[in-house]
Amino acid sequence: MKANSENSQKLGFLLLFVCIIIALLALGSIIYFIASNGIKAFSWTFFTDIPRKSMTAGGVGPAIVGTLYLVLGSVLFSLPLGVITAIYLCEYSPKNFTLNLIRMSINNLAGVPSVVFGLFGLAVFVKLFGFHVSILSGSLTLGILILPGIISASYEAIIAVPQSTREASYALGATQIQTIKKVVLPAALPGILTGMILAVGRAAGETAPIMFTAVTFYSRSYPSSVMNEVMALPYHIYVLMTEGTHPEEQKLIAYGCAFILLILVLAVSSIAIYLREKQRRKYV
Amino acid sequence: MSDELRIKVENVNFFYGLKHALINVNMDIYKNMVTAMIGPSGCGKSTFIRLINRMNDLVLHATLKGKVLLDGKNIFDPDVDVVELRRKVGMVFQKPNPFPKSIFENMCYGLQIKGITDKRILYEKTENALKKAALWDEVKDRLNESALRLSGGQQQRLCIARCLVVEPEVILFDEPCASLDPISTRKIEDLIVDLKKDYTILVVTHNMQQAARISSKTAFFLLGELIEFGNTEEIFTNPKDKRTEDYVTGRFG
Amino acid sequence: MGLSDKIYKYIFMTVALSSFVFLIGIIIVLFSEGLPVLSSTGVMAFIFGKSWYPTSTPPEFGIFPLISASLVVTLGAMVVAVPVGIGSALYIHEIAGVKQKMILKPVVELLGAIPSIIFGFFGMLIVAPFLQDLLHLSTGQCAFTGALILGIMAIPVLCSISEDALSVVPKSYREASYALGANRWQTLWKVIMPAAGSGVSTSIILGISRVMGETMTVLLVTGGAAMIPKSIFDPVRPMTSTIAAEMGEAAVGGAHYHALFAIGLVLFLITLMMNMIAEYISRKYRMKLGQDV
Repeated sequence: MKANSENSQKLGFLLLFVCIIIALLALGSIIYFIASNGIKAFSWTFFTDIPRKSMTAGGVGPAIVGTLYLVLGSVLFSLPLGVITAIYLCEYSPKNFTLNLIRMSINNLAGVPSVVFGLFGLAVFVKLFGFHVSILSGSLTLGILILPGIISASYEAIIAVPQSTREASYALGATQIQTIKKVVLPAALPGILTGMILAVGRAAGETAPIMFTAVTFYSRSYPSSVMNEVMALPYHIYVLMTEGTHPEEQKLIAYGCAFILLILVLAVSSIAIYLREKQRRKYV
Repeated sequence: MSDELRIKVENVNFFYGLKHALINVNMDIYKNMVTAMIGPSGCGKSTFIRLINRMNDLVLHATLKGKVLLDGKNIFDPDVDVVELRRKVGMVFQKPNPFPKSIFENMCYGLQIKGITDKRILYEKTENALKKAALWDEVKDRLNESALRLSGGQQQRLCIARCLVVEPEVILFDEPCASLDPISTRKIEDLIVDLKKDYTILVVTHNMQQAARISSKTAFFLLGELIEFGNTEEIFTNPKDKRTEDYVTGRFG
Repeated sequence: MGLSDKIYKYIFMTVALSSFVFLIGIIIVLFSEGLPVLSSTGVMAFIFGKSWYPTSTPPEFGIFPLISASLVVTLGAMVVAVPVGIGSALYIHEIAGVKQKMILKPVVELLGAIPSIIFGFFGMLIVAPFLQDLLHLSTGQCAFTGALILGIMAIPVLCSISEDALSVVPKSYREASYALGANRWQTLWKVIMPAAGSGVSTSIILGISRVMGETMTVLLVTGGAAMIPKSIFDPVRPMTSTIAAEMGEAAVGGAHYHALFAIGLVLFLITLMMNMIAEYISRKYRMKLGQDV
């Protein structure tokens, strides 16, 4: 009986070990295959040049720049919205109907499939508001997509500021808005920035929301206005894989793009995770 | 000792939701005097002191009946500016709560939110207040260091100095030594006694010896009621109420 | 509260309501753009119609093949993700030491941060050809490959939510079980897992919702045939990839365009329902533990 339960424990723990190995192997093999093939595409011109010879040669400069613009735009749009929402939820929240409504909306917005955001952006920003397929439309669409993440990271950061710090400010005769601006937000800033960095990683890799709202599959030049359509790294990978005319030559370029995107997302996320863990330990 | 009445508390009742936290409290508080509030935890002494600068405004579902007159004016009147009130009535909390900023920034905060930006004035007032709080010599060379790097006792004296710099008339101490070691406690006590020549001071404490050492008048609270209020000496040597006697002689709590 | 504080409060409240506005906006857009097709085709014929020929004359808008594709792929993904995801969570919670935990948790989170286009790319170029050779398939781009890749993508979701749920099980449960002579495995399996049960089921539901909404991976990996799959090795075209692949060629305002929005509506409603169920379960769970909700 005893030996039996000992054996089942050994077997069980072995299975759990296999599970975590599968997860690690998946991550490892993705990084390995993309890095080992992608590195072959890397050269200085690959990062700076425009695509040439029907995307079989040249570089992906416009796609890199396009992705950066889209990420920047989406963060500029959703960071103020997200931080103010988090402030409202933490600092003003009477437990009432409005609060529940906002919380419910955030939770559900976080679960909306990314392609549905694309549909929304197409119908509202591209058509209804007449922004056309542009950096503006794409940034707004991506901005809504990353909003729930920014809100919850900001919320966590603001709620972690001790109540006693707020009281100290009030007791010195500060108004609520002074307390928020001069005490609460500075103290929560590192956490808010961490959330922002995570959101950058998310926005950089999303494809479906920008497919109908921002991207073009080929561009000879760098964008000059927010009303321009742009190339973007994730969409460029998709285009090379599905609509290419010279699959073999384009595969290498696609690997290169995937590697750039992977480096970008993993680096940005690692930094954010590292900073977040450091901050959590500070409060405990 | 002057006998000038500063604060008159009239028939104050306070509720947290349904909980009756203060029951019909009346009290007279005089200028240039330390008044101590004692009682077992949960007796309402902290709730009481937090009424005086309307800190309880921040609490949801709280209701108040009665009046607190500061120089004859009810602080709960709708035309009273709570920000003005809190500048006049400073507060020092149980746990030292410096802002996560530099020592100098902590000192300037109360002045800056009033709109004072002149560096020279800020520096002058900072120096004066830190001297009054007996902290100047310890921090004068490190004003730009984070306040969080000070020791607990130093942090608490910084909080006192930060409160003094806005030039209040009344100072509320809510168990100011609860989280401090005996030496720091002694320093704070000396400071409070020293401050009473310029300020009206209220101190909440659960430490009866502390009340005896620093206060002129003592109020004993129990379950939200003010049981007895009088000269400190009398409260400790000759209490009129049986419950006060039980408490000060250590028979409960 | 002063006057300016009150004004700020209302400004902040207005801004905070933007999430609500966006959610409502999405619902309105999907309904208003999807309704023309739903009313001309009929809701039942749209959902249960067996042929999706949006560009033939007359076009046929039956999305049952797309729904069944989404279901098959999602189900398959869960067969991979549920054991591996929850197993990994149990490993991290029970077996990993402090140092291992400090590495494993961020690594799992990083796996979750990889964009879906990368998974799709990897699946298309590496996994699909590999499986095609290994299993002698006519094409490696099929429901099976899609399910496998989506399953891997869902591991971080299941793992981190389950791990959170496991970590809030009170220590006293474990001690009580040990005191009764149970070993670690029995305690884990019979006491801790059931106690964390609703958190774990929340993770499964959110995993399903996430997988159902994945677009780029299925677009690149599942082959794209809009037919009801007879086998797990058939190429399929789930709802998400249909929208992504066809929006480019659909004329704005045409029936096809509206039909794609209607698919979006179906997709949205399914995931919304999943999220609400997950929210309900976790809310009840937190109440059970006596936490503030």
